[in-house]
Amino acid sequence: MNYRFSPFFTTILAILFVVSCGTESSRSITAVSWGGSYGRAVNEGVNIPFMEETGINIQVEDYNGGLAQIRAQVEIGEIHWDVVDLEMAEAVRGCDEGLLEPIDVASLPDGPDGTPAAEDFVEGAMTECGAGSVFFSTVYAYNEESIPGTKPGTIADFFDLETFPGRRGMRRVPQVNLEFALIADGVPRDQVYAALDTPEGIDRAFAKLETIRDEVVWWEAGAQPPQMLADGEVVMSTAYNGRIFNAQVLEDQPFVIVWDGQLMGIGQFVVVAGTPRLEEAMEYLAFVTSAKSMAEIGRRISYSPARRSGMPLVSTHIEKGIDMEPHMPGSPANAAQALRFDWEWWADHQDEMNERFSAWLAR
Amino acid sequence: MAGSLRFPVDPHRRTQLRALALVAPLVIYIGVTFIAPLGTMLTRSVYDPVVADVLPETLELLEHWDGRTLPSEAVFAAAAAEIKRAAAARSLGQVAGRVNRVQGGLRSAVTRTARELRDIEVGPWRESMTAIDSVWADPATWYAIQVTGERFTARHYANALDLQRLPDGSLAPQPVERRIYLKLFWRTLLVSTVITLLCLILGYPIAHLIARSPAGRANWLLILVLVPFWTSLLVRTTSWIVLLQTQGVLNDLLVAIGLVSDDGRVAMVYNMTGTIVAMTHVLLPFMVLPLYSVMRGIPPTYMDAAASLGATPVQAFLRVYWPQSLPGVGAGALLVFILAIGFYITPALVGGSDGQLISNMIAYHMQTSLNWGLAAALGGVLLVGVIVLYVVYERLVGVERMGLG
Amino acid sequence: MGTARLGPGRIVYWVFCALVFVFLVAPIIVIVPLSFNAEPYFTFSEAMLRLDPEAWSFRWYREIIQNEVWRNSLVNSIVIGISATLLATVLGTTAALGLASPNMPARRAIMGVIISPMVTPVIIAAAGMFFFYSGLGLGQTYLSIILAHATLGVPFVVVTVTATLAAYDPTLNNAAASLGAGPWTTFRRIQFPLIAPGVMSGSLFAFAISFDEVIVVLFMAGTEQRTIPRQMWSGIREQISPAILAVATFLIVFAVLLLFTVNWLRRRGEA
Repeated sequence: MNYRFSPFFTTILAILFVVSCGTESSRSITAVSWGGSYGRAVNEGVNIPFMEETGINIQVEDYNGGLAQIRAQVEIGEIHWDVVDLEMAEAVRGCDEGLLEPIDVASLPDGPDGTPAAEDFVEGAMTECGAGSVFFSTVYAYNEESIPGTKPGTIADFFDLETFPGRRGMRRVPQVNLEFALIADGVPRDQVYAALDTPEGIDRAFAKLETIRDEVVWWEAGAQPPQMLADGEVVMSTAYNGRIFNAQVLEDQPFVIVWDGQLMGIGQFVVVAGTPRLEEAMEYLAFVTSAKSMAEIGRRISYSPARRSGMPLVSTHIEKGIDMEPHMPGSPANAAQALRFDWEWWADHQDEMNERFSAWLAR
Repeated sequence: MAGSLRFPVDPHRRTQLRALALVAPLVIYIGVTFIAPLGTMLTRSVYDPVVADVLPETLELLEHWDGRTLPSEAVFAAAAAEIKRAAAARSLGQVAGRVNRVQGGLRSAVTRTARELRDIEVGPWRESMTAIDSVWADPATWYAIQVTGERFTARHYANALDLQRLPDGSLAPQPVERRIYLKLFWRTLLVSTVITLLCLILGYPIAHLIARSPAGRANWLLILVLVPFWTSLLVRTTSWIVLLQTQGVLNDLLVAIGLVSDDGRVAMVYNMTGTIVAMTHVLLPFMVLPLYSVMRGIPPTYMDAAASLGATPVQAFLRVYWPQSLPGVGAGALLVFILAIGFYITPALVGGSDGQLISNMIAYHMQTSLNWGLAAALGGVLLVGVIVLYVVYERLVGVERMGLG
Repeated sequence: MGTARLGPGRIVYWVFCALVFVFLVAPIIVIVPLSFNAEPYFTFSEAMLRLDPEAWSFRWYREIIQNEVWRNSLVNSIVIGISATLLATVLGTTAALGLASPNMPARRAIMGVIISPMVTPVIIAAAGMFFFYSGLGLGQTYLSIILAHATLGVPFVVVTVTATLAAYDPTLNNAAASLGAGPWTTFRRIQFPLIAPGVMSGSLFAFAISFDEVIVVLFMAGTEQRTIPRQMWSGIREQISPAILAVATFLIVFAVLLLFTVNWLRRRGEA
């Protein structure tokens, strides 16, 4: 009697077969980035032109940083991600662990004026497996409407619950938060990492975080802080400067960025080791790290190019026409208040700090 | 089986075979797509060949190590060679990640060592390696390599129960700051109990009301219970966020009627309160439906009889109604409890940092820390708990009667 | 009891029950009007409460309908849901027919195994499936997600169909046989039409399970296989916007439709 079921089974098998094979496109890569308004900037400024120019399709995937998914794919032996937009410390760690393909700077395009890529990149923007993308900065911002009267202006104010009561948004990772805590606790900017090198310094940072712990709402995606500020869920939040900028100019949100103690870093584009689509991935990497691509990103969100030849190409915002320079983390006024994110320290201590941080959170 | 069919078979045996043939495809399907994956996971909780495969010679030489002093130059030489080889083969990261879980800080030390060893061609390796990083002078590092080098290991289960194995082989509790899992298991049980009780307190009266209502009204009241049952879990969780957040509907209401001031809004979500409220809402139908199906079978005349014999309503309820409804209470409570201890979505979305349960920790180790062995072991412990409860449920209630509305 | 009917105890009982029903339903209803909020907030603005038409809009509905990501995830949800449902319904109904046979050996044990995916915490199943399917090279494919969803849905089909079969009169089979019908004809002409409502509601259950499932998808799906719940999950965790409420409203309407269908099928099954 079972053969009478066979049309049933055939139909199902056919459906399963079609859906499992039907979507496999010939030349397609998965590019992983940070989503939200930054993701949109990369998409419009880089991905769409790339697809038009090369015919290689780009699947965009969003993530919130970290090496976990890359490690998982390499360990299980199935690579789904091809090009990833990583933080510097992670790019260095991932390279050491053999998770990423080495990148030859000579294979990247020259600057528009003919400067070889190796000289065109800002110092420190290239690592063994990573090509610099843009400078971004972690700052804190507040909603003017939620803070009447005196406005906060320093990192210390962020930790001052008496003068500025209300909940705070912070990223659910140890990096940046430990640095901010130490600055707020009175450690001079240039001694922050020296302090973190000692157990006392780390204890001190956690002790400072403890003072606001009950008032913190932890975020993971870069798109959350502007949303939480707009909803009034928090009165101030750490955030990536570009996200706040976009909320200010595109959505007219009354947000104010506090540049004091801003932590500046460079994004890294990397290629995951062992991807079966290496050729396409490298092609994309070369495209996205050209001065033009960086500038296209910089015209849509306030992150400045990691190539010397990129900055002049940015000039003004693509829609609003405002001058981008004062909003960039690297502008003289803003850079004067910056702390350069020490990715070497974090490459060495990330694991320990992650463990301690999550134990501290779980308590 | 095919052979036996050639002979005339008695009808009893034939129907039996036909029944088995009908059930077989599904049993095989469940075996392949469910039992086998669980088996794969449980294997990972006790078996891990990576370090043993990458550092075979080092591990072999370490067998003769006394465990207290620094290993011999031969061990260092083997380790240096194998680390170089692993770095070239890109398998070092997996080793570094594993030893790092036994001894924090080793991941970066191992990878840094590999980087600097690239330029060193000749020994003495002991000097070079201890000069690159002092961790190589620490016996704990070599112990970590030894421990992770075991192909078959119980250390993930020990870890899941907050125990560690000391170099002398004995089991000891983890240091205080690393004891988190027993507390989390305990919290999960406690929260599940609270939720089960809340469901019982809220569900019992309405199940009673529905059971006593005339058919038409009962049907409509049942629909009120079934609407949340059929509504997407994510939708219900979203609703609670919208209702409970500090700028949410409930807080706005409290401020509007003057119960709390605008600055004194209550934090009801992203904490344990949020987890409990939302989970109670999600699980309440699983309590009401079994209760209702039992209560429907209790003749109302019993209560009237008790009343006519002079019992007060309270006495009549306690002596007559409650005992008869107990099977429903048991079925509902067990079902809610079983579902509650494995809950993941709701605590992850509304639990904040203190409203997390054991499932969230499993997800954390699956997706973030990538300590898959530990995730599998935590899953194994949870699975044993669920199986015990499931067997109890099967004995008391029978799985066919699992209430579905 | 007649005196108790109007006593304070009764009033407390009625009020309590009413409050529980409010607790059950109100949270679901409340987000429907909020999805028409013209502002990107999650609460009723004053203008909304004044019923100012300016404060109400279809803005978020437009946004999700125009958004390609949401449209793709809807297609994914439907494709995965229907495939998994077909698989689960065929396997589950066949097995339920076998289990209903009076001569079925080891019924309790087999039933125990078949139901186990329903009570095992999904996080454990999903973790195991992640290792299993990745090991087979099937990670991030539609196939693995469909197979996984069918596994999670099939116990519901078995339970529902078994319940319907319990009401089926086995002497009908003998009657049919005595009239010369073979087992297949008996099944097709007599048994299936009678249990069809049970099969239908079982498959609706299986579809609802797949349509709402997020943990397996979180562990095993890539961007390509994103489903509606997966999209909502990242929406709730990250970029929470009232668009989520618009999707939620769709899902509520869908759930109510499913509920009434199943309710209607069950009554037909009983009749």
